[in-house]
Amino acid sequence: MSQPAEAVAAPAPQQSERSRRDFLNAVVRVRELGLIVALALLITITAIAEPRFVEAASLRDLVRNATIIALLAVGQTLVLVTRNLDLSVGSVLGLSAFMAGDLFQNNPDLPIPLVFALGILLGAAAGVINGALVTFGRLPALVATLGTLYVFRGLAFVWTGGSQVNAETLPDSFLSIGTSTILGVPTIALFTVVALVIVGYALRNYRAGRELYAIGSNPQAARLAGIRTDRRVMAAFVASGALAGLAGVLFTARYGTVDATAGTGYELQVIAAAVIGGVAIFGGSGSVWGAALGAVLLTTITSALIVLKVPAFWQQAVVGALLLAAIALDRFIAVRVAERLRQRSTRTTAAAQARNGGER
Amino acid sequence: MSEPSARSEAEAKPVIALRGASKAYGAVQALRDVSLGLTPGEVRALIGENGAGKSTLVRMLAGVERPDSGEVLLDGEPITFSSPHDARDAGVAVIYQEPTLFPDLSVAENVFMGRHPVRSGRRIDRGALRKEVAELLRRLGVPLDPDDPVRGLSIADQQIVEIAKALSFDARVLIMDEPTAALSGHEVERLFNVVRTLRDRGVAVLFISHRLEEVFEICTTVTVMRDGEVVWDGTTAEVTADDLVRRMVGRDLGALFPKQDTEIGEPVLEVSRLTREGVFVDVSFEVRAGEIVALAGLVGSGRSEVARAIFGIDKPDAGHVTVAGKRLRPGSPTAAMRAGIGFVPEDRRQQGLVMDLSIERNATLTRLGALARLGVIGRGAEQRLASEWAERLRIRFHRLTDPVAYLSGGNQQKVVLAKWLATDPKVLIVDEPTRGIDVGTKAEVHRLLSELAARGLAVLMISSELPEVLAMADRILVMHEGRLIRELPGRGTTEETVMQAATGRIAEAAITAADEGPADGLGKEGQ
Repeated sequence: MSQPAEAVAAPAPQQSERSRRDFLNAVVRVRELGLIVALALLITITAIAEPRFVEAASLRDLVRNATIIALLAVGQTLVLVTRNLDLSVGSVLGLSAFMAGDLFQNNPDLPIPLVFALGILLGAAAGVINGALVTFGRLPALVATLGTLYVFRGLAFVWTGGSQVNAETLPDSFLSIGTSTILGVPTIALFTVVALVIVGYALRNYRAGRELYAIGSNPQAARLAGIRTDRRVMAAFVASGALAGLAGVLFTARYGTVDATAGTGYELQVIAAAVIGGVAIFGGSGSVWGAALGAVLLTTITSALIVLKVPAFWQQAVVGALLLAAIALDRFIAVRVAERLRQRSTRTTAAAQARNGGER
Repeated sequence: MSEPSARSEAEAKPVIALRGASKAYGAVQALRDVSLGLTPGEVRALIGENGAGKSTLVRMLAGVERPDSGEVLLDGEPITFSSPHDARDAGVAVIYQEPTLFPDLSVAENVFMGRHPVRSGRRIDRGALRKEVAELLRRLGVPLDPDDPVRGLSIADQQIVEIAKALSFDARVLIMDEPTAALSGHEVERLFNVVRTLRDRGVAVLFISHRLEEVFEICTTVTVMRDGEVVWDGTTAEVTADDLVRRMVGRDLGALFPKQDTEIGEPVLEVSRLTREGVFVDVSFEVRAGEIVALAGLVGSGRSEVARAIFGIDKPDAGHVTVAGKRLRPGSPTAAMRAGIGFVPEDRRQQGLVMDLSIERNATLTRLGALARLGVIGRGAEQRLASEWAERLRIRFHRLTDPVAYLSGGNQQKVVLAKWLATDPKVLIVDEPTRGIDVGTKAEVHRLLSELAARGLAVLMISSELPEVLAMADRILVMHEGRLIRELPGRGTTEETVMQAATGRIAEAAITAADEGPADGLGKEGQ
C-alpha cells in the first residue's frame, strides 16, 4: 500500500520504505547491541590487564553478583514502563532476605520451595501496598515508594532487633543454591533467566503487557481506550514486589549472612541499570532484556574497577557517568528519530496531497 | 448493502440517546435537561459556543461521565456506562479533538490497543494485527505503515489513526469532537468520505464542529446548544448558517471579521531565503508595519514550521530573518523576543500557557525582567499589568489568581495574546489564532488583531480557516509542500483561488499569470 505513495514522493525516491523501517528497528535494537558491545569491550580490556578476570570461576562470580540486581531490574522495568517508579525494592529485598534466614534458623527442616513461596508472597504483599497507595491513594509513585522504602526498612530493623542471620545456621541445601552450578551456569542465575524470559515474553506477546506500555505512553489515552489502568499498574507493582521478594530469598542463599541492612541502596542501582538498559524513565518504552543487560554491565564495571585496582571512590563516579551517557544517548537518538520521522511525514503528506489534488 | 430499508427502519429508533440528562460540576450547571438521539445512518451536527456543554454531552455518551439525573439509552433501553470500556463494547467510538494516542507505540498497536487479535494461549497475533491494520488504512486510502511509531506523525495522520481505531471495532455510533480543527483541505475531504461510507453502512454519527460550512456539507440534522441546554434541533435543510450562528450566540453578530483599513508602513519583518531541510525551502517574504499577512496552505505544507524558525524555536539550515533592519541570531527565541517578535503558538495548551499557573502569572511571564526590582518581582506591579491587559482584551474571568485552565478556549487565547502584547512587540506571529474558539470570542480576537495592525504592528497570521484568511489579511502567502508558491492580495481573492494554490494545482499557471498579470507582487515569491 505504501508503494504508490513512494512513487510520487519525488523529493526522495531513493529512500525505500523498507530501509527506513530497518533503520528504526536498528535504533530500537541498538541499545541491546550497544550494551553487549560495551560489555565485551569492558571484559576484553580488563582481561588484557588481568587475565584471571576471565577465568570460569571469576566469570561465575560476576554472574552471581549481577543476578540479584538484574532480577530487581526486571521487576522495576514493569513499573517504569507504566510511568511509575518503585523505590522500595531494596527494602522489600531486605525484609524477604531476613525472613528467609529467620525461618531456616528456627525451622531448619522447612521445605526450600515453601520458603521461596513465602518470600515471593511477602514481596507481593509489599507490592500491593505500593500499588494501593499509587492507584487508590493517587499518590505519585516517587513519594509513595519513598515512604514505603523507609517503612519496610524500619520494619526490618524492628523484626531483626539488631540480630543477624549467619550462614552456619542455614541448611547447606539452601546455601548451595547460591554456590552450585548447573551445566556450568550458576544455579542462582537461572532464577533470573527464567523470570526474564517469562516477563519479557509476556510484555511483548500479551495484551496485558502491551497495555502497560500504553499506560506509560499516554495514561489519559489508555483510560479512554478502555484499559483498566489501575488494575494494570497495581499488577506491575505486585510483580515488582514479588520479584524483589524472590530476590531477597536468593540474597540469603548467596550471602548467608543477613541483617536488617540487606539490600540498602539497591533501588538506585536497579533504576540506574534499567535506565542504562534503555527503559524510559517517563514510561512507554524499554525492554526487560535491556534492563537486565544494564544490570550486568553495571556489575561488571564494578568488578572490573576492583580488578584494575581503581580506587573505590572512582567506582560511583564511573557508574554515574555511565548513567548520564546513557540518558544523553537516549536524548540524542530521540531527537534524531523525531527529525527523520518529521521529514518523512512532511514528504508523505505532501505526496498524498499532490496525488489527491491531481485526482480531483 | 441494504441502506434504504435499514435507514427507514432506523429512523424510528435511535441507537443511542440521552433523555433529560443533567450534569453539574460544583456550582456550574454544565448540562440542563438535555435530550438527543442518534439514529443509524444519521449524521447529526452538534454545535454551540465553547462552554455550551458539548464536551460534557460527549463524555456522557462515551462513558467517561454519568449524568446526575436523566439517562443514557442504548437501543431504547436505559444503560449505565461505568467506563469508556462499556461504551466501546456497546459500539460507541469517540474521536476527541486532541488525538488520544500512544506516541511510543506503533500505528497498529494504537488501533488495536486492548483488543489485539490473539492466537492460541491468548498470545497476540502480530501477523493478523499488522494485516488488519494495513487493510483498515488501505480502506481509508492513506499511505501509513502499521509499524510506524505514532510519535512524529502529523496531527492529520494521527486523526486517521483514530478513525482507523473506530473502524476497527465496527462502531455503531461515531462521535467526533471537532475532528477537523487540525485538518485542512484534502484531509477534511478524506475524512468526510470516510464518514459518508460509515453513514451508508448505518453508523450513527455525531459531528461537532465550529465550521458551519462543514456542518452543511456533511450533516443532515443539527442540534444547537447554548449554556448547557439544547436550544434548537432540526434539519440542515431548514436553516441557514446565519440562523445557526444566531441560535448559538443568541444574538446577531453582524460582521464576523472586522478588519479595519490600516496605513501600511515600512517593512518590519523580512524573511530571506529561509530553508530547513525536508521541511521548507527558500522562503522569502516581508511583513510591513500595519499589515496583516496570512500564511495559508494545507496542514503539513510547512506554515507553522516557518513561523517556528522565524521565532528561533527551530534553527534554519539557511537564510535569515531581519526585524526592523536588524538581523536575528538564528535559533534563539530570546533574540527574537528582544528584537520585538511575539509568537502565539498553534497549541495554546502545550506551548502557549502554563495551565496550572494563574491568569496573571501567565499574562506577565514575558515581562518578568521588567517587573523585577533587584531580581524580586513586585506583586503589585504584576497585578496592575495583568489587570490592565485583562481589561483591554476583555478577558472574562472570575479572579486573576485563578488557573488559566479554568478559562474557556477563547479567553485562554486572549491571555496568550496579553502575554505577548505586554512586551510591546513590533511583530506578532499568530498560529491558528482562533482554532477551537467559539464564534463570539473569535470575532473579538479578530477585532484585536485588526486594532493592533492599525497601531502599526506587523502581524503574520497562520490559519487554516479560509474565511478568516480572506477577511483579515492584506496579503496572502500560500505554501505548498514546503515552498511559498503564491502571493495573493487579501481583497478580491476567493477561497477557490487560495485552495487551488494550496493544493499545488495551479502553481505553474500562477507564475505564468504573475509575469503578465497586473496584480502587484503576484507570485513574485514563486521560484
